[in-house]
Amino acid sequence: MSKEASKRDKPWIMRTYAGHSTAKASNELFRTNLAKGQTGLSVAFDLPTQTGYDSDHVLARGEVGKVGVPISHIGDMRTLFDQIPIEKMNTSMTINATAPWLLALYIAAAEEQGADTRKLAGTTQNDLMKEYLSRGTYIFPPAASLKLTTDVIAFTVKNVPSWNPMNVCSYHLQEAGATPAQELAYALLTAMTILDSVRAGGQLKQEDIGAVVERISFFVNAGIRFVDELCKMRAFVRLWDEITKERYGVMDAKQRRFRYGVQVNSLGLTEQQPENNIMRIVLEMLAVTLSKDARARAVQLPAWNEALGLPRPWDQQLSLRTQQILAFESDLLEHGDIFNGSVVIEARVNELIAEAKKEIDDINSRGGAVAAVEAGIIKQRLVESNATRLSNIENGSQTVIGLNAFKETAPSPLTENLDGAIMVVDPKVENAQIEALKKWRAGRDEAKVKAALDELRRSVKAGENVMPPSIAAAKAGVTTGEWASALRETLGEYRAPTGVASATLGSARTNPKSAEEVEKLRARLGQLENKLGRRPRLLVGKPGLDGHSNGAEQIALKARDVGFEVIYEGIRVTPEQIVASALEEGVNVIGLSILSGSHLELVPDVLKRLKEAGIGNVPVVLGGIIPDSDGKRLLEQGVARVYTPKDFELNTIMRDLADLAERAAS
Amino acid sequence: MDIVELARGVRAADKAAVSRALNLIENKRPDIERQMAQLLSELARGTAEDHGHRVGLTGPPGVGKSSLVAVLARELRSRGRTVGIVAVDPSSMRSGGALLGDRARMAFDPQDQGLFVRSLATQGALGGLAHATHAAVEVLAAAYDLVLVETVGVGQTEIAVTHVADSVVLVVQPGSGDVLQFLKAGVMEIPDLLVVNKADHGPTAARAASDLKSALSTLRQVGAGEGDQQVILTSARDQQGVDKLADAIDQHRQDLGADGIASRRREGHAAWSVDWLARRVGTLGIEALGGLETVTTQLEEAVHNGEPALAAAQSLADRVTLSV
Repeated sequence: MSKEASKRDKPWIMRTYAGHSTAKASNELFRTNLAKGQTGLSVAFDLPTQTGYDSDHVLARGEVGKVGVPISHIGDMRTLFDQIPIEKMNTSMTINATAPWLLALYIAAAEEQGADTRKLAGTTQNDLMKEYLSRGTYIFPPAASLKLTTDVIAFTVKNVPSWNPMNVCSYHLQEAGATPAQELAYALLTAMTILDSVRAGGQLKQEDIGAVVERISFFVNAGIRFVDELCKMRAFVRLWDEITKERYGVMDAKQRRFRYGVQVNSLGLTEQQPENNIMRIVLEMLAVTLSKDARARAVQLPAWNEALGLPRPWDQQLSLRTQQILAFESDLLEHGDIFNGSVVIEARVNELIAEAKKEIDDINSRGGAVAAVEAGIIKQRLVESNATRLSNIENGSQTVIGLNAFKETAPSPLTENLDGAIMVVDPKVENAQIEALKKWRAGRDEAKVKAALDELRRSVKAGENVMPPSIAAAKAGVTTGEWASALRETLGEYRAPTGVASATLGSARTNPKSAEEVEKLRARLGQLENKLGRRPRLLVGKPGLDGHSNGAEQIALKARDVGFEVIYEGIRVTPEQIVASALEEGVNVIGLSILSGSHLELVPDVLKRLKEAGIGNVPVVLGGIIPDSDGKRLLEQGVARVYTPKDFELNTIMRDLADLAERAAS
Repeated sequence: MDIVELARGVRAADKAAVSRALNLIENKRPDIERQMAQLLSELARGTAEDHGHRVGLTGPPGVGKSSLVAVLARELRSRGRTVGIVAVDPSSMRSGGALLGDRARMAFDPQDQGLFVRSLATQGALGGLAHATHAAVEVLAAAYDLVLVETVGVGQTEIAVTHVADSVVLVVQPGSGDVLQFLKAGVMEIPDLLVVNKADHGPTAARAASDLKSALSTLRQVGAGEGDQQVILTSARDQQGVDKLADAIDQHRQDLGADGIASRRREGHAAWSVDWLARRVGTLGIEALGGLETVTTQLEEAVHNGEPALAAAQSLADRVTLSV
């Protein structure tokens, strides 16, 4: 290594978010990525694992192995880390409601490898607040979730001191539409809620609060307005320092350091001219790496073709190489903080701090973050912010290259063969996983399993820490579904407010062009009402376990605004429920939203059941990340329209829905 | 459409038939109105006047009515009774659109053939009930043992609910002083049953219940109230007190007796037929028929004599149309 290089700062941890199909396939992928120079693991779990269902549960249909790896028991965890020394890894797990359980499995698997579990390093995301607000993989009511998060913190601070027990996520808030000030405010409110709960919980001593603060990390988003985003990160550093010092009395400056990982924005990636996304990703990466004083600890970049479907290994490699070029080829890491002393940056940072503080005070005056989540206030604000963003793109006041400006393009060799440009999960994976799970259940000592589950239920009911009985259950061979079901029995299940009922499109409607369009649509709906004899009804359904509800919410909100009567039941409904609702509510058209890749299983199921219920004539449209060839297949099977991220004009979709409802009636 | 066949399907609680019947009665096109009247007459034919039980649940927004309706329906199902639910939500005055979100909080078993939920939007109707509510209740009552009608609002809406329900349940939450004021000031009709939901809020819930009880007894003393309304504490969250509510609802039906129920329903039918006629022919039409008072008396008599309400109103409407 040259002399110059030795003066350089240490680079950040470079990750790619990975995991799919089965534990075995994911294990191979991990080992390949590690060999390519990746320095940490980031595990994506499938939705049944994230929401506490075994692969053979009715809600898991079509979801097994889709957005990540299914981990149903310690055997799967063993396979996932086969030939990977857990003790030496830094493993980040995107896991929330079932975080205590996946950590328990991880610890138990590490013990089997002979690891010193005190040395384990990594992160469990474990932030339920943003699950209620945007990501949707929550299970339990807010208060119970807070207790489980607190348990993981108390346990790891004592027993796995290098573990980051929770990762406060503002990432998903931005994906749900949050402005930079909202992102700052809601993330910090979440952290304060957790710290207050730790302080009040009595599992740790008061002097341990510094150690807790030191172990809380953040997971943020960086959007295309990269100067603003850079300032946002600097604002985060300062606000966190202030809060931990003043509110929690942490005197050690090192413990107050704002540590964060990043996944840059996926929301702004386009399906049109997808190669442009590479440039967007680079700019967004700069926002979180340029400031030495507010630099990310770990970065993972999306793939350029994420809006088209699941990225292939080659796409992920490109994302990794992008980071490596910045860290190892450029001179970035040779310099101190290059913005210190910048008047412009400083002014913007101060502005964001002031805005964020105002929002924090406002939420606190309404009873704090948990109350605001339960009442749907924060969710409603996010839905409104997102509506404004979408409306600005639609009316052209926000430029998106290739989407609403500079749309002309030469034929792209990259997307010539579109079906080869994404990865497809083999549908056989689900059956194989279910078979393996049945074999696992048959091979265990049932008495041991029952005893472990009884002990788990007892200790949760008694308010004890959930980790020790969970680790014991992991060793006894308990499955993910059994663990979650025991907790569902004792803690209850929750459905979060959708935020749509009370949201308004006020600010999204001020643009005269949008207002005119809305008036036209309202008139159209009025005519349709006269023809049908009743207000046209739209059912918006989100089948499966996918909790990314932005699309469904925006469609529901817009449809109500132009005059539909909208039935929206929120996330995680089964095809049976959708068909029952369509029948009982007498709807004229059905919109389904699926982003997890399970459309080929779920949509035909809905169509079949509609026919059986005698309402096969009700038109069904589908929105989501739907690869072209899948879209064609579904159209052949009777879906009336398929919308993908390139269909950003909500007004056009509304016109289609009205036309379809009219045609079905005549 | 074969109306007799449809009515048969409704009585057999065939969901597809019930749904089609509800679509029909929601239809506002004048050329559909005969079929609608025929359906309602067909459904009324051969059923006792006091058949089934219709329960209205009303109260201010945010008191947890939907969740309470859900747990109440589950309780009733576990007692072997079938349940139809009409959930009324407000429409936007400007766009005519509405978000019918109550289903989201109910989470029922989609395979259950003994449970049916239909949402209705108010579509500008005053009084917190959609115009179609009355007819929707008639349809569901022909198919299910109990019909629950859930409406939003407090103040004037109870009168409207009284016209579709045999028993009216007012749901409040701890700390809702305005309801107390409305009751005392006589702005609000006194409901048949009072429920303080969110009893999991502890002492404040108990206090709210005792405040309501003392307000009721004051009203009785000054002669403004009658009967002996129960105040029940429930928690939809913890599923507490719901069995008591179900018992109290049954008890109220028994207290009313067959005659009580029949006379309440006749009153409701008459009020609905007047309302329907006024919307159909307008104030000019009502005047042409001899004024509101005359029309009301005629319709009350018709209903009292067992004539189907809508059919009676339609024959009056025909007179206006003919004279034009």
